[in-house]
Amino acid sequence: MSMLHIVNKSPFERVAFDSCLAHASAGDAILMIEDAVVGAVDGSSFAGKVKAAMADKSVYVLGADLAARGLEGKAMEGVTIVDYAGFVDLTANNDSTQSWL
Amino acid sequence: MKYTILVNEGPYQHQSADTALQFTRAALEKGHEIFRVFFYHDGVNNGTRLTVPPADDRLIQKAWTELAEKHGLDLVICIAAAQRRGIMDADEAKRQGLDANNIAPGFRISGLGQLVEGGIQSDRLVVFGD
Repeated sequence: MSMLHIVNKSPFERVAFDSCLAHASAGDAILMIEDAVVGAVDGSSFAGKVKAAMADKSVYVLGADLAARGLEGKAMEGVTIVDYAGFVDLTANNDSTQSWL
Repeated sequence: MKYTILVNEGPYQHQSADTALQFTRAALEKGHEIFRVFFYHDGVNNGTRLTVPPADDRLIQKAWTELAEKHGLDLVICIAAAQRRGIMDADEAKRQGLDANNIAPGFRISGLGQLVEGGIQSDRLVVFGD
């Protein structure tokens, strides 16, 4: 049973992303949308936590929200960029979803 | 796959109102069924027909109405959240002795049981909010 974790808060603003990483299980998927997309950028003080999560979880970012913040092309290696159709696929391909509001 | 969408945030307040709309559009384009969209908390503000955004801005409420007309969506507004925020249909306005209503076409006002039913009847419940 895999879960899709949807995060929409910057890790530098709220603790929701940290909570998500603390609760997500191996084999789960994590999708960054809205302000959470800054978590996909390499070189930040949070990047190491996302990289550690990639060891046993798949990590995605919504490309439109990355582009809207001028961060296109800045997602770290290993993070898969998806569009809204890909977002829908992630909700369908995992057994349940959890929005970390 | 059958979806229920929960929208907890109003338009022009937080991006989640836009994300919910884009996600619903994408799910329909992929052939999924949207069993219900439930608007809760400030999300009820997506269901007024009396907003007039600037000409170059997106029309979020109208987009929901158009999507509902095109795909026969069931757009449900939580009654308690709506009453607090002045979202009224004709029946509710009459019952409360008010002089006007403002619900947008395609929306209906009902109770929280509709959200529970959506969660039970659907394969996925996806939540959008702040």
